[in-house]
Amino acid sequence: MAPRQEMNKLPKGARTGFDEVALGYTWEQARAEAERCLQCRSPQCSKGCPVGVDIPAFLQAIVHGNIGRAYQILQDQNRLPAICGRVCPQETQCEGRCILAKKGEPVAVGALERYCADWARQHYNGTLNRADSGQAKAGQKAAVVGSGPAGLTAAADLAVAGLEVTLFEALHAAGGVLRYGIPEFRLPKDIVDYEIGQIRDLGVSIQPNYLIGKTLDIPDLFSQGYGAVFIGAGAGLPNFLGLEGENLNGVYSANEFLTRVNLMKAFRFPEYDTPIRVGKRVAVIGAGNVAMDAARTAVRLGASEVSIVYRRSRAEMPARLEEIVNAEEEGIRFQLLTNPLEVLGDENYQVQGLRCQRMQLGEPDGSGRRRPQPIPDSAFVLEVDTVVVAVGQGPNPILIRSNPNLQLDARGYIEVDPDTLMTNIPGVFAAGDIVTGAATVIAAMGEGRRAARSILEYLDCSS
Amino acid sequence: MNILRKEVLAQDIVRFAVAAPQVAAKAEPGHFVIVRHKEMGERIPLTIADFDAEAGTITLVCHGIGRSTREINELNEADAFLDVLGPLGEPYPVRHEGTVVCVSGGLGVAPMYPKAKALAAKGNKIIHLQGAQRKELLIMTQEMEAISEQSAYSTDDGSLGRRGFVTDLLREVLAGEDVDEVIAIGPLPMMAAAVDVAAEHGVSSVVSLNTLMVDGTGMCGGCRVTVDGQTKFCCVDGPAFDGSAVDFKEILKRQPFYRDMERKSLHRCRLEEVG
Ligand SMILES: Cc1cc2nc3c(=O)[nH]c(=O)nc-3n(C[C@H](O)[C@H](O)[C@H](O)COP(=O)(O)OP(=O)(O)OC[C@H]3O[C@@H](n4cnc5c(N)ncnc54)[C@H](O)[C@@H]3O)c2cc1C
Ligand SMILES: Cc1cc2nc3c(=O)[nH]c(=O)nc-3n(C[C@H](O)[C@H](O)[C@H](O)COP(=O)(O)OP(=O)(O)OC[C@H]3O[C@@H](n4cnc5c(N)ncnc54)[C@H](O)[C@@H]3O)c2cc1C
Ligand code: SF4
Ligand code: SF4
Ligand code: FES
Repeated sequence: MAPRQEMNKLPKGARTGFDEVALGYTWEQARAEAERCLQCRSPQCSKGCPVGVDIPAFLQAIVHGNIGRAYQILQDQNRLPAICGRVCPQETQCEGRCILAKKGEPVAVGALERYCADWARQHYNGTLNRADSGQAKAGQKAAVVGSGPAGLTAAADLAVAGLEVTLFEALHAAGGVLRYGIPEFRLPKDIVDYEIGQIRDLGVSIQPNYLIGKTLDIPDLFSQGYGAVFIGAGAGLPNFLGLEGENLNGVYSANEFLTRVNLMKAFRFPEYDTPIRVGKRVAVIGAGNVAMDAARTAVRLGASEVSIVYRRSRAEMPARLEEIVNAEEEGIRFQLLTNPLEVLGDENYQVQGLRCQRMQLGEPDGSGRRRPQPIPDSAFVLEVDTVVVAVGQGPNPILIRSNPNLQLDARGYIEVDPDTLMTNIPGVFAAGDIVTGAATVIAAMGEGRRAARSILEYLDCSS
Repeated sequence: MNILRKEVLAQDIVRFAVAAPQVAAKAEPGHFVIVRHKEMGERIPLTIADFDAEAGTITLVCHGIGRSTREINELNEADAFLDVLGPLGEPYPVRHEGTVVCVSGGLGVAPMYPKAKALAAKGNKIIHLQGAQRKELLIMTQEMEAISEQSAYSTDDGSLGRRGFVTDLLREVLAGEDVDEVIAIGPLPMMAAAVDVAAEHGVSSVVSLNTLMVDGTGMCGGCRVTVDGQTKFCCVDGPAFDGSAVDFKEILKRQPFYRDMERKSLHRCRLEEVG
């Protein structure tokens, strides 16, 4: 068996700007990689994909040199293939289930998906399949709230079934976390624009600057003739730690930090008007993908010393391995088994340091991970002038507050029927991070698709 | 989002009537909007200073203090805002309180007006106190007087009304009248002082905070303030808060965070104006 093809990456020294780091396959690499697929009779890989991409079929089309066909097969199930090929945690999804994963070298499904989608974008400006799959009656309408991966997928599926779909987004640009969270060097925004444009071409009307719960409420949508409402509002509320000094100047939530840079393009200040201030030394609290994104962004904004501060050990870091490696290559330091205690400031409320404490691993806790415990007398000060808090998000509050009758679970997320994804309000469905809590792009898409299917059933227009 | 009317109220202070039927239909006193005036522009929060659901319009009053607000003030009738998002924030709860003193400083009268108007309509007695640096900056006085039983003014230079701070007027009113509530909107030091004066007289106070904001939807946390020892997001929990619970010291320190960079941006903007 030939070894797995390594994707080319921007050399470390060249990663000073916001150019994409992963460079994709060449045609030779793509073919060689696709040829590694064993074309299993009962492929496990596809079962690991929440939208059920027919993986062996698209790989075979690549082997035959028919990339257009491969792209179509991808599109049948996945409306955002260039995005998913870049950001899916393949190692725990499709590739994790690949038969070759047992030997440690699964077929690089994600990289090949990216290859096909990029090829199609460059070569035939492919429009999405429009095969009508449903029997919507003329004038039947559905409303989608939130334009993240869940909302985009649901909107596309409903439009393909013939419904008139309006997608309402609170911000001035569509995409959810794809737009404001994931940085340019991992997911270029012109790719996001392109794939959203394709969904618009299916007939989805995208309405920015509509905050549902404020500009319009759910009952308004029904009275405007929408037969069903899908909520994909995401988990956008940043958590803070409640540390002393957390409101000092120079402390950001990862959301604010990344939104200023991605949505508002502060990295091009003053050409763009929104500023961002990054000091010389930055501490990022947390060790998930969001923390890696914030740390790698800080490096690119000119910080000379960026540290990840995490209270557990390397093995427990929730970020994808690939992102940890990238972060290390870019010179980010890892302060592991380190618990932040207090943000220290000067007389102008400007951050001066982060007081921390060293930890050691004790007995396993409820989550099965070994519980970190403080090492006595181990407090020390990390000298930093900027702190980014990346310790998770909660449910976005606005829609929930304005609909007090919407049933929530114990953590405050929207509760849905596990089969239909309908909330306790008839005709109102929900999926994505607003139901599951912060998860992944592809999980949100899979659930968005499931919700679309049950909306079609609810409206009596499934095929 | 078309600008239907533009009116210069004072130097650097402009009032716009903007066509925004969706926003106007839902607007209540205390709400604000976030606007962008061009593709590369910032998201700028502005209070809904008046609204007319039938006509489908909202009124904005913008003080040109930095690059974006100055550029906004250069927009003309028939120009349009690129984006108007709203109405945002928690509306101010308009109840029958009895006698309410409305203390406005500088541009604070713009966010004050819709609240005072709604309070007057509910049968409250409005005492209107307004201060500014100088006479020309005392804006919207006619609108306020039309709904107030009593009005008094102060200027820093004595060019109109009492020379001094508007909080001096507040102190006098509170000494002589039975007052049920004080609303104070204006520069932070003025609001902080008004809250203290009200508290000295055992009167509760409401303030409206204008923190830095990015999204205005509860997503970034950049607008956080400490109220009653707890972190609140000004865009979704406010912008109005119980004055005595607000940690003004912290807000005063957070406000200038971007000052150096804003100067750079403004400088560039002026260069562009020249060349
Ligand atoms: C920095 C960062 C990096 C990440 N990296 C990865 C990664 O590499 N791979 C991966 O798989 N996952 C990643 N994730 C997680 C992934 O992005 C999310 O799980 C996914 O985006 C959730 O999709 P969603 O559609 O549920 O919601 P979101 O993407 O959060 O979108 C929700 C949208 O709804 C809008 N909205 C909210 N309320 C309203 C309202 N009331 N009215 C109108 N609009 C509203 C919001 O403005 C937003 O645009 C990352 C997340 C972050 C924050
Ligand atoms: C809820 C809310 C309602 C508001 N309503 C109005 C309104 O009706 N009319 C109006 O003119 N303005 C209002 N503001 C303030 C307005 O949003 C800011 O003045 C504007 O964002 C400044 O942008 P700029 O680029 O012009 O100035 P910048 O260049 O960003 O700032 C210029 C200078 O002002 C300081 N500054 C920036 N923002 C603020 C602020 N929010 N408060 C105090 N100082 C600040 C900066 O530190 C800098 O020194 C409101 C703000 C909020 C949060
Ligand atoms: S969409 Fe994601 S999970 Fe599905 S096949 Fe593609 S990379 Fe794998
Ligand atoms: S499991 Fe692996 S080898 Fe088998 S079909 Fe899927 S990708 Fe190919
Ligand atoms: S402005 Fe972003 S949370 Fe309030």
